[in-house]
Amino acid sequence: MKHPVTITLEQCAKTWPDGSRALHPVDLRIEGGRTLALLGPSGCGKTTLLRLICGLEAADAGSRILFDDEDVSTQPPEARGVGVVFQNYALFPNMTVAQNVAYGLRIRKMSKAGQAERVGYMLSLVRMEALADRRIAQLSGGQRQRVALARALAIEPRVLLLDEPLTALDAKLREHLRVELAQMLRTLNITTVIVTHDQDEAMMLGDRIAVMSAGRLEQVGDAETLYRQPATPFVGEFLGTLCKVRARLEQGVVTGGDELIGFRPHEVELLPALPSTLQARVAARFFLGATLRLQLELDDGQAFPVILPADSGHRVGESVSLRLTRPLPG
Amino acid sequence: MPARAAAGKLEFRLGLAATLAVAAFLIGPVVLSILAGLTRNYFVGLSSGLTLRWVAQVWDLYAVTIWRSLGIAVATLAVCLLVGVPAAWALTLKRGRVARAFEELLTLPVAVPGLATALALIVSWGTVGDLRSSVAFIVIGHVLFTLPFMVRAAAASMAMGGLAVLDEAAATLGASRLHRFLHIVVPNAAPGILTGALTVLTLSVGEFNLTWLLHTPLTQTLPVGLADSYASMRLEVASAYTLVFLLMLLPLLLGLQWLARRSS
Repeated sequence: MKHPVTITLEQCAKTWPDGSRALHPVDLRIEGGRTLALLGPSGCGKTTLLRLICGLEAADAGSRILFDDEDVSTQPPEARGVGVVFQNYALFPNMTVAQNVAYGLRIRKMSKAGQAERVGYMLSLVRMEALADRRIAQLSGGQRQRVALARALAIEPRVLLLDEPLTALDAKLREHLRVELAQMLRTLNITTVIVTHDQDEAMMLGDRIAVMSAGRLEQVGDAETLYRQPATPFVGEFLGTLCKVRARLEQGVVTGGDELIGFRPHEVELLPALPSTLQARVAARFFLGATLRLQLELDDGQAFPVILPADSGHRVGESVSLRLTRPLPG
Repeated sequence: MPARAAAGKLEFRLGLAATLAVAAFLIGPVVLSILAGLTRNYFVGLSSGLTLRWVAQVWDLYAVTIWRSLGIAVATLAVCLLVGVPAAWALTLKRGRVARAFEELLTLPVAVPGLATALALIVSWGTVGDLRSSVAFIVIGHVLFTLPFMVRAAAASMAMGGLAVLDEAAATLGASRLHRFLHIVVPNAAPGILTGALTVLTLSVGEFNLTWLLHTPLTQTLPVGLADSYASMRLEVASAYTLVFLLMLLPLLLGLQWLARRSS
């Protein structure tokens, strides 16, 4: 097995011809064999960053993209040896499944026998051997996704790039393929970048997650770090639910004040109403089986939900004080 | 419901009027013309009997012209394919201002009267070598006129098939620009290219405006010969000429229809 490539981005930026900045200068390192998930809302620059790595978009002058020690910034996409799975798979409708997977090998002038063997192996890897001679139009969405993955991997790419690989599929299939893809990426030992706007997908598939917003990197880290210690309110809001309250904390207890404080709805403790704190009233109560969801309203009109264990005995109309067990930047 | 019945009646009458108009102005004249080409003596009428004599006479007189016309059409098509398909691809990929301006420029010869284009060609190129007296001069005129049809048809097919993304996918798999064009772009734009090709052939075979000015006695084409026969032969021969012309054009038109139906 070849040593997997480490990707290094140095001051990597992209400005469109009209002068707008798609990507502000980014420094990022993706260790060989690891998977990085680029997570963010649409238009945040994550797909642009992916296209810079594979060479479909040229980075601004001064940007450097390194595969190990090799600067690939000026190489065209056909020279970079990257496998890309496109959002809508971009399979060639004029070719069969097997011909699609073989295309990169055919371009590399591999022998017919070599092609057949490699295509057979790739199709067995994604469990599509039986459909080798099908036309692309005859495939379902999930089957297309597998063929696109097989085609990208057939060329033994130095780097694997996945652009929203599961977005085009329906929810149930997406869940299933997410687990399958996660397992496959673990065994492949290939440096992978996956672009997604789905936090679950990023958390399951990425060894590390880079959260992006408006063309900038907000925070890079593993899922747990990002969830528990979001560096910015944006990260806190994008990974999971973030409640916000304008108050001040006194030993964790919410009292009157003017700081904006964030917290996860389940990282809250309800106390008996204490004087000199900001008191909350239970406005509504929803039993959700495993949990209990309360809608709280503060004296000053602020409202937010909290999530408690299902056996908590709170009632509508009850007054409580709040202690935040893990306050976050709001 | 009298209102609906009245509306239905009106619809029927309009439909009938349209059908009669088509029959009177399109089908009728064509049928009469064909019959005239097959009639022994048109002024006596059908009672004089049917004959292929006039068709044979047309063939004797104009066979060379007919073959030349076909040759010009094929040459025009070849140039349109070699220039138009890559141009369509370039226009599909580049959406900038220069590309838009070029696209506009390309359609100019369709908007400008053919006579004006032909005159401009003669003024600027008529004295260069033997170009004026060669068939190539007519091919140049026909390419100018037909190229936009090829580019439009091919570009529409390329845009509809999402070929830009397929091209990117092929690039990441290592395919060079030329390989991508030949392996991915051309096969997947084939319906549009075929439609464009048949349009080019049909237009070239039937082109009169440009050709009338561009031709010399030795480079006559079908429609020019048609005008010639109308002006100088007896009516039956001219009509037989129309018949020959239709026989050549019909397969092309039917092919176009068939392609249009297949790709929709």
